[in-house]
Amino acid sequence: MSAPRRRFGLHQRTIIINGILALIVLIVILQLWLLTATMSAYLGGNTVVVWPAALASLACLGLNVGLLVYLFRLER
Amino acid sequence: MSDPVSDQITRPPDGRAPEEQPRWRQDFPIDQHVEQYVTRREFTKFMVLTSVAFVVGQFWIAAQSLLRRKESAPGLEIARLADLPVGGSLIFDYPEPGQACILVRTGEREAVAFSQLCTHLSCPVIAQADQGRFHCPCHNGNFDLATGQPLSGPPRRPLPRVRLEIRGEHVYAVAMEGMAV
Ligand code: FES
Repeated sequence: MSAPRRRFGLHQRTIIINGILALIVLIVILQLWLLTATMSAYLGGNTVVVWPAALASLACLGLNVGLLVYLFRLER
Repeated sequence: MSDPVSDQITRPPDGRAPEEQPRWRQDFPIDQHVEQYVTRREFTKFMVLTSVAFVVGQFWIAAQSLLRRKESAPGLEIARLADLPVGGSLIFDYPEPGQACILVRTGEREAVAFSQLCTHLSCPVIAQADQGRFHCPCHNGNFDLATGQPLSGPPRRPLPRVRLEIRGEHVYAVAMEGMAV
């Protein structure tokens, strides 16, 4: 993600942060679902899904961190 | 933050100088939209932290599954092929005494074994090799003979499997797979 070229006003940034927050909350809910589904599969003896689910959750975290970095760059 | 000054400074609605403003406005000089922006930014950071916690949880489960595979119980001789006809079954304790498992010979040099405890409410299952299933008489649960997956009835989880090795004429139990914690 490249740094934003023009500086946004506070009102614009509030709109942007609302969008980013909504996205991050969605991704976190997805991760919560992934964790409960993996736990249930693992306790049921299915260990095949464990590593792919961990990697998928890591990818979600990557997205979240990317969005957060974008947010910090907005403020610079 | 190096925002334009206009973003940061509260402009009193009456347009008078800050020193002439009432005391309460001097005590709380932060605009509502500035506060809203900051609280949402902080909440966003908190959500990312939550996301980190979920990833840690996922990798903890993955590490547990690796550890469990490594810690598998040692080999134990459980039967001689000559003593068990094809389609016959045998009860044995594995990995600890008192943990009943059931072995079924499915072919000349093939056998399967699972924990004998039904994954519904822990009644012992019985082998019905001719029908290709394990049957639980308590609530009419059935499991697939080859895979241990539930076929019908209340059980939702498969029977934990005992990994077997056939060395010469002897059948060994070498590990437990998919045991619930
Ligand atoms: S205990 Fe086996 S079906 Fe209920």
